[in-house]
Amino acid sequence: MPAVPHSEIERVFREEYGRAVSVLVRLLGDIDTAEEAVQEAFAAAVRRWPSAGLPPSPAGWIITTARNRAVDRFRREASRDDRHAQAALLHARDEPAEEGPVRDDRLRLIFTCCHPALATTAQVALTLRLLGGLTTTEVARAFLVPEPTMAQRLVRAKGKIRDAGIPYRIPYEADLPDRLRAVLAVVYLIFNEGHTASSGDRLAREDLCAEAIRLGRLLAELMPDEPEVLGLLALMLLVESRRATRSTAGGDLVLLRDQDRSRWDLRLVAEGQDLVRRCLRRNRPGPYQIQAAINAVHSDASTAETTDWHQVVRLYDQLVAIAPNPVAALNRAVAVAEVEGPGAALALVDDLGLGGYHLFHAIRADLLRRLDRDTEAAAAYDEAMARTENASERAFLRRRRDALTGNR
Amino acid sequence: MKHYLLSIQQPDGGAPAPEVIEPIMRDIGAFNDELRAAGAWVFAGGLHDAATATVVRVTDGETLTTDGPYVEGKEHVGGLTVLRAPDLDAALEWGRKLAAATTLPIEVRPFQGEPDTHLA
Repeated sequence: MPAVPHSEIERVFREEYGRAVSVLVRLLGDIDTAEEAVQEAFAAAVRRWPSAGLPPSPAGWIITTARNRAVDRFRREASRDDRHAQAALLHARDEPAEEGPVRDDRLRLIFTCCHPALATTAQVALTLRLLGGLTTTEVARAFLVPEPTMAQRLVRAKGKIRDAGIPYRIPYEADLPDRLRAVLAVVYLIFNEGHTASSGDRLAREDLCAEAIRLGRLLAELMPDEPEVLGLLALMLLVESRRATRSTAGGDLVLLRDQDRSRWDLRLVAEGQDLVRRCLRRNRPGPYQIQAAINAVHSDASTAETTDWHQVVRLYDQLVAIAPNPVAALNRAVAVAEVEGPGAALALVDDLGLGGYHLFHAIRADLLRRLDRDTEAAAAYDEAMARTENASERAFLRRRRDALTGNR
Repeated sequence: MKHYLLSIQQPDGGAPAPEVIEPIMRDIGAFNDELRAAGAWVFAGGLHDAATATVVRVTDGETLTTDGPYVEGKEHVGGLTVLRAPDLDAALEWGRKLAAATTLPIEVRPFQGEPDTHLA
């Protein structure tokens, strides 16, 4: 009998937890009961698989086991109300019967978690918890809040879904654009939290990036006609392609212009660029598509110097025009610095009211440094350092600042 | 089916001019007709000004009656609709229509339990 290592069970958990919870929510009609049943099934797997070996369909095993546990519980606690539920469960077909509807279940759960009646933080937290299989502790860490606070938020959100009657379904066509916006925002937030963790020793959390990309692929598969869905997936793939070069072996941050481009993941670059071309053909540009296009321009250049910065500035112009927001304007200024010089960019940056955002100060510091205004640059690096909890980013800023005073 | 309360959040300070309020009342009438035709109607009505409200409290058997609404504020509930709907999305769609008719924010809240437990 082949031994199944714990890491293998963990992999199955990461990959199949969300799918199992989604199916069970549909079967049981209740999120809490579904979560408990799936957790019990995984606990059973941890006990059984190491000796019995991996079943032919681990996902099917988990779902069937979870369903049987729920039926057992219904029997034990059977009251007259539960009889119907029990009967329905017993007659439900074994899952996963076919790929289509099973995937559909996950999408339904994403749309349920991202219902506009829930606060944005609750939307992201629930999606991470139910589809990503993250523990409450991990979700709390991602949001920089104490665990009891996050536990309470999750309980409240699940309570609202149950008590207010938030339906477990993909919304009707008419509601879709509105709801889809929230879903895409949540997936991108998960990716960003993974890309640069808001706190902690490491720059990135690969598991969150992988989960966001998995959700993005799922959405793209189910809604291939929505260009923003393709745009978001392309954006994440292009950013992800550079992950290996974004930090040194010691965990230090490496800027785009200093990265070893030969180590970018060319498979992800090609896939991302192909998606960018596909969605731009639809000619319905949205913020994710434009950001993906910007990243595609960076991916086209074999060195930082050969980047088509004029094209990057034009794309940022378009982005700021359709989705005005100060962070986009800040990134535009970085591109303007490459085309018109740091002086022109600094004038743009100084007009932005982004004093609470650490990258605003980091970018100002870099522009001031390039203008040889070292004292002001040092002060800006200090401001930036004071506003990030990420150890890797902070170390990078400190090195930059130290190099500055060393030159004077 | 669940029951939902749609409450109209109305700024204090009397009714607007007749030329403003007349088309609004017409739209609310049309909303109520639509609600009835859809079989979703349970109850609806407008309230007098928050200044007409009185609060009654009983502490240790003592009754205290005071003038005015329970909470000081610039807006108070100006009217309410109770309707039946299969889920929140359906209730929110009625909420959207009522908000468009009244030109005011509408709070949508679910009742506890099933309709037959509180309308028996």
